[in-house]
Amino acid sequence: MAQRVSIQTADFDLGAEVAALRAGDGGVGAVCSFIGTVRDRSDGSAVSAMELEHYPGMTEAAIEAMIDEAHRRFDIRAARVIHRVGPLNVGDQIVLVAVSSAHRGESFQACEFLMDYLKTQAPFWKKETTPEGARWVDARVADDAALARWGIQARNAG
Amino acid sequence: MLIRLRFFASLREALGPEASLELPEGASVAQARDALIARGEPFAAALARGRAVRAALNQALCDEGAALKAGDELAFFPPVTGG
Repeated sequence: MAQRVSIQTADFDLGAEVAALRAGDGGVGAVCSFIGTVRDRSDGSAVSAMELEHYPGMTEAAIEAMIDEAHRRFDIRAARVIHRVGPLNVGDQIVLVAVSSAHRGESFQACEFLMDYLKTQAPFWKKETTPEGARWVDARVADDAALARWGIQARNAG
Repeated sequence: MLIRLRFFASLREALGPEASLELPEGASVAQARDALIARGEPFAAALARGRAVRAALNQALCDEGAALKAGDELAFFPPVTGG
């Protein structure tokens, strides 16, 4: 099976990843992808850089389980998740979720489901550099609410 | 029984990346947290009740009611913020 989860410091290429996701699968009729990037503002402060920490081992296992769950819930062909760690700059890509399916609805839904799940259940932590100094990003209750729409109760922020 | 501890993000900065903890057989995650708080600073402030602290047992998210066994890897960390 093709690699589904990568945790890496290196950047990634959306085109190459989507091509690999579709390769050799004539049943694919739709691909949906999401990329999260580093914003230059957060909670009213300018952000100049970011550092991402994770829990090696648990991170990969948690995301593999999320992809298994996406396959149970949605009629999708394949999914790919890449999440970067380490130092990042404004504008850098942080995360990629890409999903292929026969028809568009399933890949749209599975892509959003995977991102909502990842935001509250995967062990990553962001530290922002601002003019006031470096600070750990606070979790958002809105992210727990986003996962609740899928019938999963998260108690990450709240 | 001996439990291996790991800390991440702000808790790692306050407590270091790893530690170990001796607990009675059958102790829970909540009892592990309380035992660390009882050590005093810096554990008492970092893990204080009322602070948002999440836990993972053997690399899976868990409730504080989860029971521990010898050799377990127990991690404490703040709410996650990836994506």
